[in-house]
Amino acid sequence: MRFISLLVLIFVIALPVQAEWRGHVSIESRQFLETGDQGQDKSQNSLKVEPEYFYQGEESLFTLQFMARTDAMDDNRTHADIRELSWLTYGDDWEFKVGISKVFWGVAETQHLVDIINQTDSLENIDAEDKLGQPMLALTLMRDWGNIDFYLLPYFRERQFAGVEGRFRAPYLIDTDYTTYASGDEEKHLDSAVRWSHTLGDWDVGLSHFSGTSRAPIFQPMVLGSNVILAPHYTTIDQTGLDIQATLENWLWKLEWVSNSGFHHRRYTAAVFGFEYSFYDLAESGIDLGLIVEYKYDDRGTDLAGTPVLDNVVIGSRLAFNDEQSSEVLIGLGINEASNQFWNIEASRRIGDEWKVTLEARILSQIDESMPTASPFYAIRNDSFIMLELARYF
Amino acid sequence: MKLSRRLILLFIFSTAPLLADDYNGMSAEAKGLAIATKADATTNGFADSSAKMKMILTNRHGQTSSRDLRVRSMEVANDGDKSMTIFDSPADVKGTALLTYSHKVKNDDQWLYLPALKRVKRMSSSNKSGPFMGSEFAFEDLGSQEVEKYQWKFIKEEQIDGVDTYVLERTPVDKKSGYTRQVVWSHKAELYPLKIDFYDRKKSLLKTLTLSDYKLYNDKFWRTHDMMMVNHQTGKKTQLLWADIKFGNGLSDKDFTKNTLKRLR
Repeated sequence: MRFISLLVLIFVIALPVQAEWRGHVSIESRQFLETGDQGQDKSQNSLKVEPEYFYQGEESLFTLQFMARTDAMDDNRTHADIRELSWLTYGDDWEFKVGISKVFWGVAETQHLVDIINQTDSLENIDAEDKLGQPMLALTLMRDWGNIDFYLLPYFRERQFAGVEGRFRAPYLIDTDYTTYASGDEEKHLDSAVRWSHTLGDWDVGLSHFSGTSRAPIFQPMVLGSNVILAPHYTTIDQTGLDIQATLENWLWKLEWVSNSGFHHRRYTAAVFGFEYSFYDLAESGIDLGLIVEYKYDDRGTDLAGTPVLDNVVIGSRLAFNDEQSSEVLIGLGINEASNQFWNIEASRRIGDEWKVTLEARILSQIDESMPTASPFYAIRNDSFIMLELARYF
Repeated sequence: MKLSRRLILLFIFSTAPLLADDYNGMSAEAKGLAIATKADATTNGFADSSAKMKMILTNRHGQTSSRDLRVRSMEVANDGDKSMTIFDSPADVKGTALLTYSHKVKNDDQWLYLPALKRVKRMSSSNKSGPFMGSEFAFEDLGSQEVEKYQWKFIKEEQIDGVDTYVLERTPVDKKSGYTRQVVWSHKAELYPLKIDFYDRKKSLLKTLTLSDYKLYNDKFWRTHDMMMVNHQTGKKTQLLWADIKFGNGLSDKDFTKNTLKRLR
């Protein structure tokens, strides 16, 4: 609370140079191809608002960004989050930020291994692109030899999961009322991170280290009366990450690599590497075609619960029409070591100046019904869906 | 190489007033290059500038849509400019920003900030001929116009709308260019461009850019406030309207970094 009143005070005394509201409201309808394993509906409709306010002072920036969704099917997906409530001040060669914010690290398109500061908002989407706001103190020093960022993360944000009526859930419900931590400080454990990043000609390089509560939980089965639930458990980890992108004419070469101290000292290494090659202005049509290939490697084999952690390759194609409506289509096919197929289609188009329509399809196939432990996707094998979203931006 | 080019530029720049219009005995190529170099020199020394730009797209049915951008740029000694473009509309791209370090010969360095993901992405700058934001302007039309990016040739002198002009032909050096050649009509006294014809890879006339509403800033820099690009093959048009052009904002390298990209609004 003291922290919030401090921010409000700063907000009141800072001189405004420019201030503005912006954001969007959207309605979303997901149509699942099959009824859920626990009898959940095929149709999931919801409404989301995501306003942002910013206030630009002399060498400072105050940002507030809020999101709230109301979901007709899943009570847990009716949720809200402060994405950003931060105050940033800066000089010629430094930046300092205090508040709730979001940090993105990395270069890859299909996996974000290095990106670890923010908790994934797994209720919003299953692509791990949405993140919960993370309370932080961040200092950046800009030097000739690169930028160096220091983070102190005083409060941990727990991952949220689908409810009883929701899709994308395990046979047993994950109950965050029974969350446990390896650290006695629980969610108040002070996490920290440091990152060096630099541009050397065509190369962009980042090297990072995180020490603190794992953003990904492990699940422990618990018997509650006649029910079995899964209780999330968060260990304390160290993760070192490296991300490199080489931008060479039409080629983008990408690598993300992490070494994670793992749960119960089972250190593991994972990497994602690949490229994106773009054909620009295809046959003078103005259309750009990008080909994406990324391979993900993980040396774990199985996680602690025995679920396989498999290598996979994703082959994708990005079409940007570069038309007045900024029409775009992204199609990807992921295939893992168990030959499971994961199709991803994302297409969007602006309508007029303020509206945007997005179509998304995530289709899982080639998962052996009789082999529950052979696929990491087994629990969600019947959750293939097509989503249509209409958003109004302001 | 760099030094000798600087010396040549310095020589041309310092002796330009004496040599005014004295291109006698030069080949068409040498005269074209001399005029282009002199024209380029008139744009030097602005240090930094900022401006607002409105882009009005008109399709063949006459329907229009618009985009609003803010552009800041600064000169870099012996290299292309650094620039920052911030998108204000359409609303779904509001807050997107593009940082460019342009170079005279090698490919530009570009980073794009995506506000929804709070992600800075390094981009390939190999896209020369593709359209910028669905407009009739290609990336190469809006990039920094360095003399070195073309081979020049003087064609003739001509009056258009009662103004004396030099007519120059320029051929892009970059193989990725969408043009085989361009014909530029430059104001004879002030050397700024008034009209450019663009010829596509099949050598047919593709587009015409008309630059008008020039105003003089700091007694030195002529800036257009109205650029109209007409595509003759599709009937589509894009108009760029410039406003609030300001020089000497005190911008420096620190205003053109990946970090600035993230905090601009």
